[in-house]
Amino acid sequence: MKRQYDMLVVGGGPGGAFAAKTAAAKGLSVCLVEKRPAIGTPVRCAEGIGKELLTDFLPPDPKWICTDIESAELVAPDGFSMLLEPSKAGNEIGYVLDRKIFDRELVWKAAEAGAETYVKARATAPIMRDGAVAGAVIEQHGKKYEIDADIVIAADGIESKFARWAGIDTTVPYKELETCAQYLMTGLDIDSRRTTFFLGNEVAPAGYLWVFPKGDGTANVGIGIGGGKSGDGHRAKDYLDRFVAQKFPNGKTIELIIGGVSVCKPLASSVADNMMIVGDAARISDPITGGGIYNAMYTGRLAGQTAIAAIEAGDTSREALMPYDTTWRASKMGKAIERNYAIKEVFTKLNDEKLNSIIHSISKINLEHFSTLTLLKELMKANPSLLLELRHLRSLL
Amino acid sequence: MNLTMLNIRRDICGYCGACVSVCPEGALELIDAYLTVDDTCITCSICEKICPLGALEVIKE
Repeated sequence: MKRQYDMLVVGGGPGGAFAAKTAAAKGLSVCLVEKRPAIGTPVRCAEGIGKELLTDFLPPDPKWICTDIESAELVAPDGFSMLLEPSKAGNEIGYVLDRKIFDRELVWKAAEAGAETYVKARATAPIMRDGAVAGAVIEQHGKKYEIDADIVIAADGIESKFARWAGIDTTVPYKELETCAQYLMTGLDIDSRRTTFFLGNEVAPAGYLWVFPKGDGTANVGIGIGGGKSGDGHRAKDYLDRFVAQKFPNGKTIELIIGGVSVCKPLASSVADNMMIVGDAARISDPITGGGIYNAMYTGRLAGQTAIAAIEAGDTSREALMPYDTTWRASKMGKAIERNYAIKEVFTKLNDEKLNSIIHSISKINLEHFSTLTLLKELMKANPSLLLELRHLRSLL
Repeated sequence: MNLTMLNIRRDICGYCGACVSVCPEGALELIDAYLTVDDTCITCSICEKICPLGALEVIKE
């Protein structure tokens, strides 16, 4: 480990890996530190991603794609289910990934581009000079290293501390944290090309329960519930256990995965002098789906590009890095987060009766494109009363 | 002196870091597979509430 780099990346998930790869490929000296002993593990994810989103970044590779999803099933609180089959119209849905392999591949690509990578290496404090971030203290194998960097990328995920240490409040309001539990199960009698989503206040209050197949009768069976609904005896794992006992009594659990997903607004500012915050650390996950892989890769790559321009210009001040913040907010992703946040606010307050009537009413629609947006547009058409509640969102749709 | 404290039940904790994100004081930190709490904890019970496994408990001393 050298004492000085152009860029120091804290965290080896998809956001950190893309920031590192992008900057290193253009010749910046880059150091990426990951506090865990292995990239990609433990998994903190349901592993689903839209096809079009993924191919923006890298060609699909069977090494880390478990399944190719063709249809999605939405199950209402009363058990009524509707099937979305945009693949029949030739449109794509998504993949279920193997994050252990996927994340490793991304960091490997960063290393191949010239970034130095260190595991079991943790940032324990920022180095501050004149009130600005100037690097970080890295601890690895019992030794401390003071690493200077022109730019630090905070890519430290949901449990992010780096930006907070540097003076930015990153606290997620607890009601806007989805608290999640998931089993990787095997021996299930399921369609390996169909994802299933269960909705309802009995099944998953202020959240949803998912079955994402991974092939050969295995699947991620998981749940996220709103933080405000969680407590003793009714935690994410309690809801999941109840569902599994009823639905998959003969399934075998081979992995327990848990985690938190923020569904709040992104940080008010994702830049500071000499620092950019990406992905989950900046709370840039989708407020409806909880998805964050694409968002992390997108903001990571953008932060890398911004760093290249800033370092070339010799100015890494907050002002010089601001294009990173304004660009992602104005992007399709940024707009989707803004819209989905407003929609989430309405949807998480619906009672089961209302949810039932909505799902029944749209069940006969043949959706040609599968996206949250097209689904919502159809929902609105079929439910004038919902349209009324969401009327202030019309401009966003 | 604090009359309450946060107890981390390590046999239950799955070191996911969800609690770290909601802590209003920044008192929690996840060091690889080891969750720590420092003396800035105000025993507000938010982490206790949202833990997906129930590994955190505010106890009276």
